[in-house]
Parts: sequence; C-alpha cells; structure tokens
Amino acid sequence: MNGFFDLPSDLQYSYLGLVALHLREGLLPVLAGLVLALPVAQLCVRFRWVYPPVLGVTTVLYSIPSLAFFVVLIDYVGQSETTVMIPLAIYSLVVLVPAIVDGVRSVPPETLAAAQAMGFGPVRRYLQVQLPIAVPAIIAGLRVATVSSLSLVSVGMLIGNQGALGNMLYAATTYHRPALAVNSVLTTAVLGILADAALVLVRRLLTPWMPTKGAAR
Amino acid sequence: MIRIDSVTKRYPDGTVAVDRLSLEVPDRAITVLVGPSGCGKTTTLRMINRMVEPTEGGILLDGTDIRQQPVNTLRRSMGYVIQNAGLFQHRTILDNIATVPRLLGTPKKQARARAAELMERVGLDAALARRYPYQLSGGQQQRVGVARALAADPPVLLMDEPFSAVDPVVRKGLQDELLRIQDELGKTIVFVTHDIDEAIKLGTMVAVLRTGGRLAQFAPPAELLSAPADAFVEDFLGADRGIRRLSFFPSAELELETEPIVAADADAETIAARSAAPYLLVTDADGRPLGWSEPDRLTAGAVDTGQLLDHGRPFVPGTDSLRTALDGAVLSPTGRAVAVDGEGRAVGVVSQQVIGDAIRAAHSRAAGAADAAGAADAEAVR
Repeated sequence: MNGFFDLPSDLQYSYLGLVALHLREGLLPVLAGLVLALPVAQLCVRFRWVYPPVLGVTTVLYSIPSLAFFVVLIDYVGQSETTVMIPLAIYSLVVLVPAIVDGVRSVPPETLAAAQAMGFGPVRRYLQVQLPIAVPAIIAGLRVATVSSLSLVSVGMLIGNQGALGNMLYAATTYHRPALAVNSVLTTAVLGILADAALVLVRRLLTPWMPTKGAAR
Repeated sequence: MIRIDSVTKRYPDGTVAVDRLSLEVPDRAITVLVGPSGCGKTTTLRMINRMVEPTEGGILLDGTDIRQQPVNTLRRSMGYVIQNAGLFQHRTILDNIATVPRLLGTPKKQARARAAELMERVGLDAALARRYPYQLSGGQQQRVGVARALAADPPVLLMDEPFSAVDPVVRKGLQDELLRIQDELGKTIVFVTHDIDEAIKLGTMVAVLRTGGRLAQFAPPAELLSAPADAFVEDFLGADRGIRRLSFFPSAELELETEPIVAADADAETIAARSAAPYLLVTDADGRPLGWSEPDRLTAGAVDTGQLLDHGRPFVPGTDSLRTALDGAVLSPTGRAVAVDGEGRAVGVVSQQVIGDAIRAAHSRAAGAADAAGAADAEAVR
C-alpha cells in the first residue's frame, strides 16, 4: 500500500492514469497554440507592422499568473481540465509565434524569388516552400513550449485535482507522504525529457535536408 | 519574339529604375543585358515575367501583351535562373528540377524521368539525384538551377546573373555549358550580367544599359567592340577592347610557315638547310612542339630540350581566333606563335608581323561589311 507508485484513492487515478492525464493536459494546449500561432505568425510575416504589437500582447498574456486566469475561467468552463489548458495554450504563443516568424523569415530571398518566378501562388508558396523550410525553427519553439507546458500543468491542483501529476504534491502534504512529491517531480521531469527527445526525433525525420553538423559542403 | 516597348519603371519614392527602354529580343538567341549596378538590368528582366510591373509602356511576347494571360501561366512558360541558384533546400535535386512540370500537372513519375534526363543534359552525375542542395558545390547547384529552368521546356529562359557567385574556373565551365546547351536547344534567352566579358562571350546581341535605366547601345558584341556608341560604352568595355575584338576574327587565313620546324633528332644537314630562319621550332618524335632555338645552337641528332626557349600557348588555326594566335606570339620570346592541329602536332609557325597584317586585313574587311550592313539597314528603314 505504501509503494512508491501506489496513490491515495482520492486522486481518482492510478499512477499511469495520472501520467496519461498529465500528457493530455500538457500537450493539447501546445497543439492548440500551434494551430493558433501559424496564422498569427503568417500575418506577422505578411504585414511587418503587426509583429511588434503581437509580440507585446503575447508577452503580457504570459506575465498573467495562471491563478488569475483560473479565477476568470472557472465562471465559464468550471473547475475542469479546460480551465487548466486554456492558459497553457495562451502561454505557448509567446514562444511559438516568434519561432514561426523567424523560421518563415529565414527562407533565403532567392528561394522565394525562384518560387515566385516558377509560378507559385502565395498559398502554394507558403505550404510548399516557406513552411517546410521553417520546420526546424518551429520544432525548436515547440520543444521549449512543450517542456514548459508539461511543467506548468501541475498548478491545476490549485483548482481541485486538475493538476494531474501536480495533484500528488497536494496529496503528499495531506497524507504526510513526501515520496509522493518526489514521484511527482521526477515523473514530470522524465515526461519533459521524453517529449523533448520525441520532438528531436520528429525534426530529424521531417528534415533529411538539413546539413548534419561537421559535414562540409 | 519579346518586344520591350518604351518601358519605364518608377518607384513611389521617385527613383527611376528603367527609363523608356525599348528592345527587340530576337528568338532563339542569347540577348545580354549588361551595365553597372543601378542600371535597371535586373528590373528589366523581372518585368518580362511580371515579377515587376512597369509604370509605363508594355512588353509583347509574340505580338501579345504579357498581361493578357494569367501571371502564373506566363511565369511557368519562362525558365528562370538566379544567382546562388535559389534551389529548394528541402527537396532533393531530382524534385527541385521537377518543380515546374509538377506545377503544370505532369505526373510525378514522368516529371522525375524528365528531371533525370535534364541532369544529364547539364552535365550532372545521376548519383546526385537523391541528394539535397547543401550536399552540392556552388557550380553543381547552378547547373541544377539551369536544369530546373529547362524542365518544362519553356521557349524563353530568363537568367539573372546566374554565374556571378561562383569562382572564375567554374564560371567558365558553366558559360561553355550554356553555349553548348543553347546550340542544342535554341531557346530565347535573356541574360543579365554586370560582367562585360561574360556579355561578349555569351551574347548574340548585347544591350548596354547606363545608370538610370537608359539604353546606351544595343548591338552584336563584335560591333560593340569596334564601334562603341559613346564614351560611356567605350569606358565600360575597358582599355583592351581592341585586343578583345580579335576574338571575333578567325585565324584560318593566317599564312603559316612550315620551313622553320625541325624534329629533335634532325641531322646536321636538315638543320643547316633551314638555318636561314632566325629561330627553329623543335618538335618531338610525334611532331608536338618542344620549344624554340637559334639554328646554330642546335646540336644535330640530340637536342638538349632544357636549352629551348618557351613556345608560348599554341593555337589551332580555324578553331581559335586571331586573339589566341597573337597571345601565343606575344608570350614567346621569339615573337612567333605556333599553330597546331587538333592532336597538338605543330603544323606551322607565324610571326607577329604576319598576325599584324592579318589583323589589318580583318579590320578593313569588317569595316566593309559594316558599311554594307549599314546600307542594308538604311534600305530596311526605307
């Protein structure tokens, strides 16, 4: 009963159940953030003047404590997973928007000129040239956003058992079982490392065209 | 034919990039736009595929205004080669070349087969097909750029300083390759460069533009060298245009002397018989030139090749120009050039004086031809 992975029943999940919940609460917001960031970033690339205000707004949003978000959101979506995930999605924008903008802007001007001269329309040029070339920069942004999101999920415990692995921290104090806190922290860290490694792998698979380090031209 | 009709490009800030430029670009020939930076040559090129829209004037393609067709249809019918190639770094070489056929709806397999064919045409090893651009040298990337522009077999090729970012040796290779491909395919090529030597080497017609986007002269390269329209063109051509013009005069009619050639193992009698000449050219057993010597310094039967004077760079009569012949004569301390056949065997020698006579003769012939052409032009104008 006192095994490292045995959890008090009021957590309502087994250890693996909490891991799955944690991944869902941490990764879905990043995905939502990406879906939102792509068009916003494209607007910033297309209309340069949009970028500074967008950066300002995302930074201000990032500085709002999650607890403040929760207080407002509980009125609309209750003490639910969604309440935890909405702020996380918003936080991810501060990393993802600049990453995508920089990635898309890193496409060499002669490549864009060549695409235009070969008869690529704007949509085709975005989907077939700019976006694929921006993939390394986008994934670099996703790595930061993902790890940060996975560690932030834990604050969800503040609104009553919505913090997945973070709920174990609360249980640790309630039941005087410090091992639960250690477990929570270690598991969160391991998830972060695994998610990061998975993204590196995805990057390698998506970009066989990247020069590998040390390889000469 | 592409007809650029009194085209002006003025930017909102008032800068005039191109000023009332009119040009008739002949079919199946290379037309070079050359000039200093800021002369509007690239702007002019980009107006042909509508990457830049003119402020005034228009451009006709085979008699129809280029604005009559959808812009991307127009662009897909014109190959485009750019400095640094502008390849898609995320696609393989084969897929880069297949880009425009794919845009035009050619099935993938067929487009790739066509791309493989083009790799061969531009002198790329088939083993490079699955590589990515970063794995290729600058020269190879530029060849891919040319292959990509040719992939959909467009009648028109626009080339914007395509060879200026590679080293001189690679550049010469690419230029020769372009001329060879042009011989086979006969595209209508508009070629932009700031390098007058490149313009003269590649151009069937050369348009010299001056700063502010005005046309200074539009003429075949030989005419440009012999009769620059004004001080600007003359200055732009550089100090040695007289020498460079010799590239357009053939060496076939040079009178070669065969007398002063002796084999390295010649006997005393042979040497004595030829000692009237101030210098004798010594050849090896196959007849290839070894070097020059004064007749009385030659030892019969066993010539010391280390003692011979340099024979300069030999020329091939009929293939090389008077410029190459003169160069050979100037390089040799004896003032004589060596003519060789295709296998490098000496077929004769020629002195600077004889080359000088040939140059004068060629000049007067060219002047006569120009007069005749001028008369014909006047006739055409009516």
